[in-house]
Amino acid sequence: MSNTAVIPAHERDLKNHVSFGTAVKNTFTFAYRTLLKVAHNPESLLDVTLMPILLTLMFTYLFGGAISGDVISYLPIIIPGILIQTCVTSCGNAGTQLREDTDKSISNRFKSMPISRISPLAGVLTADLLRYAMAGAIVFIVGAIIGYRPAFLNVVACIGFIMFIGWCLSWLFAFVAMTAKSVSSASMYAMLIMFPLTFLSNAFVPTGTMPQVLRIFAEYINPVSKAITAVREILGNGAIGADFWLALLGSLVILVVFVPLTLWTYKRNA
Amino acid sequence: MSKPTNSVPAVEAVGLVKTFGKNRAVDGVNLTIPTGTICGVLGPNGAGKTTTINMLSTLLKPDAGTAKIFGYDVRKDTQIVRQLIGLTGQYATIDENLTAMENLKIFARLLGFSRAESKRKAEELLEEFSLSEAANRQLSKFSGGMRRRLDLAASLLSSPPLIFLDEPTTGLDPRTRTQMWQTIRRLVKNGSTILLTTQYLDEADQLADHIVVIDKGRVVANDTPTGLKRSVSASSLQLTIKNPDYTRKAAQITERILGGTAQISEAAELSVPLADTAKLAEVLVALKEIEIDITAINVREPSLDEVFFALTGDKKEAV
Repeated sequence: MSNTAVIPAHERDLKNHVSFGTAVKNTFTFAYRTLLKVAHNPESLLDVTLMPILLTLMFTYLFGGAISGDVISYLPIIIPGILIQTCVTSCGNAGTQLREDTDKSISNRFKSMPISRISPLAGVLTADLLRYAMAGAIVFIVGAIIGYRPAFLNVVACIGFIMFIGWCLSWLFAFVAMTAKSVSSASMYAMLIMFPLTFLSNAFVPTGTMPQVLRIFAEYINPVSKAITAVREILGNGAIGADFWLALLGSLVILVVFVPLTLWTYKRNA
Repeated sequence: MSKPTNSVPAVEAVGLVKTFGKNRAVDGVNLTIPTGTICGVLGPNGAGKTTTINMLSTLLKPDAGTAKIFGYDVRKDTQIVRQLIGLTGQYATIDENLTAMENLKIFARLLGFSRAESKRKAEELLEEFSLSEAANRQLSKFSGGMRRRLDLAASLLSSPPLIFLDEPTTGLDPRTRTQMWQTIRRLVKNGSTILLTTQYLDEADQLADHIVVIDKGRVVANDTPTGLKRSVSASSLQLTIKNPDYTRKAAQITERILGGTAQISEAAELSVPLADTAKLAEVLVALKEIEIDITAINVREPSLDEVFFALTGDKKEAV
């Protein structure tokens, strides 16, 4: 290129908008960039690899006897619980990553390029679909090793289900990350949302013995419980019940509320 | 909108204003850069150089005023403007966690090049900026100069007709600095227009066709390098008087002979604009006659400090 002449501005074919096709291509390029970063830093996958293994083993052997009498009969309760918990806790990752990008000067380059403005955001969120799938697969593999072997197709359905829920939720956490003061406060806020949602649910223990207020929250209000019940039903007998639709509806509500909010804050800050 | 022709200036900004809270970072900047030239924007830290570039490159929306890039409005024709510019910021805008090759390939893909083209473009640019050997090294192992070069390479992927270079040589060693200058000259030869900000007068002098001096968000001078230097005197005479008590007296004598205003630094060093070197001997003789001894004598090219003093009447610390 060193000695080829630059095409003058008035001889160029220019368009003042980014086509949908370009936006999709940009999104995939950003997703690829996110995956490349993971390849250079595999440790960033610990929360969807070692973490679910550790949690599954820990909770199963810790609570199994106390709650269900023995480990094997506890598995149908705990595996869906861990599955959703891992999915929810790994949702914050996209937000943190986005925030790291927008805080750095690299976002200036993206902004000065003729690309779709939301593609950096959409790319990171899309790449994270693989994280949820990975987390899901690992939980099921550990479960299978211990002795929990539901029908394969039901397992695949559940992984698809958590990928969708995770993707919807990650918009919420992306919003939190974009509005927080710094990367570390963003992950702090994310924890503050995740802990009550995952623990004040039916993930680890039956809700029957909880104090009334807590029981009402864990059983009827907490959307995480709905998702867990939905997964239990699918894995148990392949049934799709009311809880499945409620969880789906909840995720869609999050999507409708937070996609515009997140895009708005992103465009303002990024 | 009619299609601009070649006679349209690369940059045409009128009355650009940007305020951050109470601070008017850019306060009515006018700037015209003819296509195919290098414009040097000179000013100290905080003068508004980067804010101006950010507005021209669509990163920031101006609060008032208009700016056109090859006739396209930065506010309305944002996406068109982005297709015509390359931006190399003051801070490297590349990805630390990726290799040089990966960085360039991703930027090229985003610009719409195919996989094969992206690879070829990236290889060419790495070769051109002597980064081929480091192509597959992670950026966290790159030196400051290598980062700058890669950053500039990334801005050139689309062969943009207008390139913004925000302090491209700040923090570079002299050899790398010279290489950067050569690259900039070659870019212009190939038909690009360049807006370059710098804190160094000699850099603007070496490269720019015209220099715009900005201070506190305002343009205080807009001239060719020669014109600018003439207006602030070509160089200055610096004298250190043996007995500091006589410094003031010596100042009067030099002012009488050379014209211009003498400045006395805190270290009792005397500095007077020296338009005509032939008069130097006259000064020395006059001082000798009234027996003022000199311990040090120095003729110096004007510094940015002096340019600012001359242009704004405000002695400020340039960095």
